[in-house]
Amino acid sequence: MLELRALDKRYPTGDLALKGVSLQVAAGQVLGLIGPSGAGKSTLIRCINRLVSPSAGQIMLDGQDLGRLSGQGLRLARRQIGMIFQEYALVERLTVMENLLSGRLGYTGFWASWLRRFADDDIAQAYLLLDRVGLAGLENKRADALSGGQRQRVGIARALMQSPKLLLVDEPTASLDPKTSRQIMRLILELCEERGLAAIVNIHDVVLATEFLPRIVGLRAGSVVYDGPATGLDREVLTRIYGDEDWSAITRQMQSSDAEAPHPQPAGRLEAAAA
Amino acid sequence: MTAAAAPRHWRRPPFITSLAWRWGLILGGALYLVLALASLEVNWARVSEGLARGLRFVAAFLQPDFGSRRSDIVIGFQESLTMTVTSTALGVALSIPVAVGAARNLAPAWIYLLCRGFIAVSRTLNEIIVAIFLVAMFGFGPFAGFLTLTFATIGFMAKLMAEDIEEIVPGQLEALRATGASYPQLLDFAVLSQVLPRLIGLSLYRLDINFRESAVIGIVGAGGIGATLNTAMDRYEFDTAAAVILVIIVIVMLAEYASGWLRKHVQ
Repeated sequence: MLELRALDKRYPTGDLALKGVSLQVAAGQVLGLIGPSGAGKSTLIRCINRLVSPSAGQIMLDGQDLGRLSGQGLRLARRQIGMIFQEYALVERLTVMENLLSGRLGYTGFWASWLRRFADDDIAQAYLLLDRVGLAGLENKRADALSGGQRQRVGIARALMQSPKLLLVDEPTASLDPKTSRQIMRLILELCEERGLAAIVNIHDVVLATEFLPRIVGLRAGSVVYDGPATGLDREVLTRIYGDEDWSAITRQMQSSDAEAPHPQPAGRLEAAAA
Repeated sequence: MTAAAAPRHWRRPPFITSLAWRWGLILGGALYLVLALASLEVNWARVSEGLARGLRFVAAFLQPDFGSRRSDIVIGFQESLTMTVTSTALGVALSIPVAVGAARNLAPAWIYLLCRGFIAVSRTLNEIIVAIFLVAMFGFGPFAGFLTLTFATIGFMAKLMAEDIEEIVPGQLEALRATGASYPQLLDFAVLSQVLPRLIGLSLYRLDINFRESAVIGIVGAGGIGATLNTAMDRYEFDTAAAVILVIIVIVMLAEYASGWLRKHVQ
């Protein structure tokens, strides 16, 4: 469904953030993107919905090259791609309902959105989603009155309001505590499965990534250095992605979480951040 | 590093590293101050005369005369208030597109330069200079004052709002761009929602400034209470002038109180 072909990104400063990245994502497939800080993970997912414009290469979404679009065409293409952010990126001073409905802006005319007169179907969908992510009854709260976990749930619901085919998820758990992180990851995975969504999840936490995401892509200095099942992540692969380090603690945790699956026990265990 | 080898002295590095430059600038500054003070000529006889005149003025404040030029004062204030409200409303409305154009994170370079240029012109020209020019163009009266204050309001509001817009959280802009929202929708959801409290606060502040300025530009013929005040001063009717100034003070204080109350309720 999504295919990246030899994607390059050179920033005006001359830094080459992506070097010939090629990647295929099938419909409904969820993959985790891991790699050290500055490897280009954020740049890569922002190239897909063109928040960042790639310098070369193609981004094929259902046969359409997103790299060539601009203006109206780009806006229409972006509606199919939902995005979830590390710092939630909610409009803080607006209500939860307005934040959810902002996911429908691409489908709504300016005056209707200015007067907050969204379609009845959109409103019904917003209520259903609010209930689904566990925030029923909070529609009139302001976004800045919510906790971190609640805000991320609003962020997820906003992305789903777009009725997307693909979710881009940028470090969804990096600002959350370990327990909330797992709940949020589980929620994202469940929703992808329910709706048959493909997703690319940028994630720092290797243990969390291997526990929830079946396919892992490792990025280092702008190039894909690993693309395979989560079970294939061992000391050698981690060293290839992140460089030399004593990985025994992490690989041990990955094995123990495999053993615990499908009911991981979050309590009392520290997350090992691979930074 | 052992404990004995650790340095026990540390000084903040000086802002100007070169010793010669540092002392040169300090001594040069001191010398200029001395010379500048020496060049001032103070005529003490004139100062004492002025103090006596000032005392008479202060004494008039104790017995302000609202009565003998009552209709002049009322008409003056009506004109000033009209001028203030209309120029603030129009100025704020016109300043919004200029502010968006002058925000580097929203506008392309050529629009940015155009809007910044307009703001610079509007802020360079003092209200009095603009008022003199517009009075010459449109004649005496509050219309020239209205135009002057509108022009000044655009520059003031657009500059401060543009700086506020440049400081909005970029993540919210990015998130709404990712939903496929159009440019006007981005401005509504991501920008306006973030700068609204400041927009309201600054508009009320500008209302306040415009009222005070309307008293000043009246002196050069742009109508309003300034004209009344100027006439009273020209005729040495300090008691009437005192009445005018007292009313100005009361209105400014009321505006200050009202805007503080309103700002507290919009956050």
